Amino acid sequence: MEYNWPAPDKRELIGKRISKIDAPWKSSGRVKYTYDVNLPGMLYGRMALSPYAHAKIVKIDTAEAEKMPGVKGVQVIFAEGTEVLWAGQEIVALAAETEEQAEEAADKIHIEYQRLDYNVDDKGLDKLSSQYTKQLSERTTGNPNTGFREAEVTSEGRYGASVITHCCLESHGSTMQWQGDSLKYYASTQYVSGVGNEVGEATKTPASKIEVICPVMGGGFGSKFAADTWGVACAQLAKKTGRPVKMMLERDHELMAAGARPSMYANVKVGAKRDGTLVAWDSQSWGTGGPAASGAPPLPYIWQFPNSRVKHTAVLANIGPERAWRAPNHPQMCVLTMCAVDDLAAKLNMDPYDLFMKNIAIAGRTSERFNPPKIYADELAKAAELFEWKKKWHPRGQSGAGPVKTGVGLSMHTWGGAPNQSNCMVTIRPDGSAEVAMGTQDVGVGARTVVGIVLADTLGLPLEAVTVNIGDSKYPPAGASGGSTTTGGVSSSVRYAAVKAANELFAKVAPSLGAQPDQLEAWGGTIRVIGNPSKSIPWKQACAKLGGTPITAAGRTYRPLTSAGVGGVQMAQVSVDTETGVVRIDKMVAVQDCGMVIDAKTAESQVYGALIMGVTYSLYEEKLMDQQTGQCLNPNMEFYKLAGIGDVGDLVVHMMTGPGYDDRGVIGLGEPPVISPGAAISNAVANAIGVRVPYIPITPQRVLAALGKGGMA
Amino acid sequence: MQAFAYASPSSLNEAVGLLDAQWGRTAILAGGTDLLSLMKDDGDDSMRLVNIKKIAELARVREENGGYQVGALVTFDQFLTHRALPKRFPALAMAAEGVSSPQIRNMGTLGGDLLQRPRCWYYRGGYGLLAMNNGKSLVPGGDNRYHAIFGNEGPAYFVSPSSLAPALVALGAKVTLHGASGQREIPVEELFVIPKADGEREHSIRPNEILTEISIPAGAQEWRNATYEVREKMALDWPLATASVALKMDGGTIREARVVLGHAAPTPWRSRVAEQALEGKSLDESAATAAGEAATQGAKPLSDNGYKVQLVRVAVKRALLQAKEVA
Repeated sequence: MEYNWPAPDKRELIGKRISKIDAPWKSSGRVKYTYDVNLPGMLYGRMALSPYAHAKIVKIDTAEAEKMPGVKGVQVIFAEGTEVLWAGQEIVALAAETEEQAEEAADKIHIEYQRLDYNVDDKGLDKLSSQYTKQLSERTTGNPNTGFREAEVTSEGRYGASVITHCCLESHGSTMQWQGDSLKYYASTQYVSGVGNEVGEATKTPASKIEVICPVMGGGFGSKFAADTWGVACAQLAKKTGRPVKMMLERDHELMAAGARPSMYANVKVGAKRDGTLVAWDSQSWGTGGPAASGAPPLPYIWQFPNSRVKHTAVLANIGPERAWRAPNHPQMCVLTMCAVDDLAAKLNMDPYDLFMKNIAIAGRTSERFNPPKIYADELAKAAELFEWKKKWHPRGQSGAGPVKTGVGLSMHTWGGAPNQSNCMVTIRPDGSAEVAMGTQDVGVGARTVVGIVLADTLGLPLEAVTVNIGDSKYPPAGASGGSTTTGGVSSSVRYAAVKAANELFAKVAPSLGAQPDQLEAWGGTIRVIGNPSKSIPWKQACAKLGGTPITAAGRTYRPLTSAGVGGVQMAQVSVDTETGVVRIDKMVAVQDCGMVIDAKTAESQVYGALIMGVTYSLYEEKLMDQQTGQCLNPNMEFYKLAGIGDVGDLVVHMMTGPGYDDRGVIGLGEPPVISPGAAISNAVANAIGVRVPYIPITPQRVLAALGKGGMA
Repeated sequence: MQAFAYASPSSLNEAVGLLDAQWGRTAILAGGTDLLSLMKDDGDDSMRLVNIKKIAELARVREENGGYQVGALVTFDQFLTHRALPKRFPALAMAAEGVSSPQIRNMGTLGGDLLQRPRCWYYRGGYGLLAMNNGKSLVPGGDNRYHAIFGNEGPAYFVSPSSLAPALVALGAKVTLHGASGQREIPVEELFVIPKADGEREHSIRPNEILTEISIPAGAQEWRNATYEVREKMALDWPLATASVALKMDGGTIREARVVLGHAAPTPWRSRVAEQALEGKSLDESAATAAGEAATQGAKPLSDNGYKVQLVRVAVKRALLQAKEVA
């Protein structure tokens, strides 16, 4: 059977700009986020958290809390004797009639700790005692010593990206409701089909008796795959009390304990020929992923230097747990690499655009269906056109008189985006209704709409004519939404099942049209003979021929419809007030490839969202820790700063489509566009003020320090 | 947060009668934008909340003999849309416009702006106003990027968060405080004090007094005035440093100057050195630059906030140049 994507002239919906089908439900409040699930008789859960960054639990006394008004159940999460590894780690949970009662009672849980040594510093590698550092093995390619000897120009610098959090708009959490020995688990999750397993193990409940429900989700960014201690405790409390329990993290807890993006800092040396040819790389990097040592990042990023030496030291810090953060490691590696190469370009007196183009042959690793040098070259040219790069670029420091300096910077990035494993079931009923059921989730990016578009376009129906059932584990299991894997998985799976179902329908209808089934197509609400549109039958009448039995067709991820490997280029223009150090984003251009686009509008929205998130982590966001107390200083939306609408500048998004892109099939898009902003913005700031601000976020304090006007690095 | 009693009196005397003579037992609720978050974060555990929003007289603006009496319950929005005030007092308007977000400007009151508590993260994190841990302030050895560079001999290192206070001090405004034994009027400058010991507050108002009115004196509008805020973000953010200036001009010459820094000290911080540097000068770039430089004299930055010295230098210069532009 032929499962290929329809030919471009046979796409009524695919690739068009289509609004999210659940947007009206969301804006009217008709669909409930996990945070909004309120069940009759529901209790509220709260947790007692460790105030210490590292301590051993000596004694837990819940007697007073249990006697507090409204308290219905208490659940110890970590037993006496356990070591807690960060401030904000949850120790005991309880459930009470009201939120206020739960909160007051949680304050009456008495926990005695034995305090232990801790570290929350990840920047000052030289000052750290060896117990908090772990040197990982050195990796070389080519011959770095020879490479640097051959280099005619070298540039050295320090670069880095601080620890940030996910700061999900909807915090982590769930509502749990037992009905006999079955559990309804309302979860804010990136993994509807799998998040129940952890809860099942803890409560000795078979997976078949757990229904996970998550129709819409308020952001996860890589931090919401697991049920987590609070999810398990919530289920246990619901079981103990025989009442539904809702437990969502408070904002401070969310920022303290629900995930951190690892930091990465490095001293980097790069060498090139005078014509800009990159020849050698040397980096000594470090960073923390939390209390456990994380692995060495595969530096340098994208550029395949013929000679390189890479050394990495993992810093162990009691700052909270590391979690995947949208494009794990890529934004940090991008800053380290693209900023170092940009500084080298400045030293060569070269426009970085020209240096990138000069070295384009070593940009990325080419595979059968991914040709990065070609893609980056196309994208650099397109971005330069949209940005007017050649008009705007000036040599470093030549930014005119006056305190406010303008500068431009660029960067590029890559990501895989191969499909996850997603199963589905398509049903066509005799009354003409068509639906797809799939245990995937829409984490806010448009998966529901993409699924609907593929089904409707395959059946020749308008989008409103099909029903999309996702976000429930009772549907055929689908993979987690992480690593930009969802769109490829769900679109190919639905296409596969819908083609099968359509073919079954064609077989039923063919005799009445006097044709063979393989001569038929579904188009414009009819089944018709290919090449002879006068011979057609309306969709509803066609379905009526099914008699009493609906058609069902199972689908699964169909890899030939997908691919992996994308490239993107971004350019940023900033204005820097050199008297105050304040950076404003004037404009950002993002040119992005993701193979074949299913919905142009939601794809562009993904890139806009990524740019906003990128501006935020480039200029404002940082999880700040206090070494004296081991606690997070800014677990709030006041000093954990996020960009507002006035801060993001003019954003321009261009999706690469057409020959060379569409024919690679569907590739995930979530991660890639969030990778480059840090490097592009940092490079723009350097271009504006003539010196490098080593670390992001680029705060006024750091800008003034780089300019020698006081403050710290 | 713990359970509390709630009262909603409709007269000033009734309200004052509900207030305790000691701090921490009762709290006054106006806009609530600061108090509610403090209560939720266990930063205020008052047993009784006295809502004063039903006291109509506190929400009025009166013009008297050329001066203005502005009720403490007037919101930022009401102030900014008043037919005369923002035009007459650009220093206040520029500060009010900078306040955080439309929601805060809609709810937040001018009295509340003056009496809100500091944003020091150690204070908000549960270590008390003086950020004490084992008898020692956490600020000098901690992350003090947003802390004071003036008036920071200790044990107080926080900065006054008020947006309007520097401008009001520059304009010579006063506040009326209403207590059980009647009312008193004090200069805004004297409303703010630097606490010297645990248990002391950053305001001189007594726990059973209500700030009822802000008086901007007749003649203040003759002073050229302006505010400059150094802001990292455009919204939902505190300024890093601010300066409000008021200048009494004699033709092109500055006869008298007031220069007040915000977010630089535990109180609005008057820079008399900068004022002296301006007096007798014409209002131009070079005088503004010199005054900015003078305003940094005596600054004692902590480990992380040296950059704020530069911000003060620029804020003062730019406030003066803005004052030159306003009619």
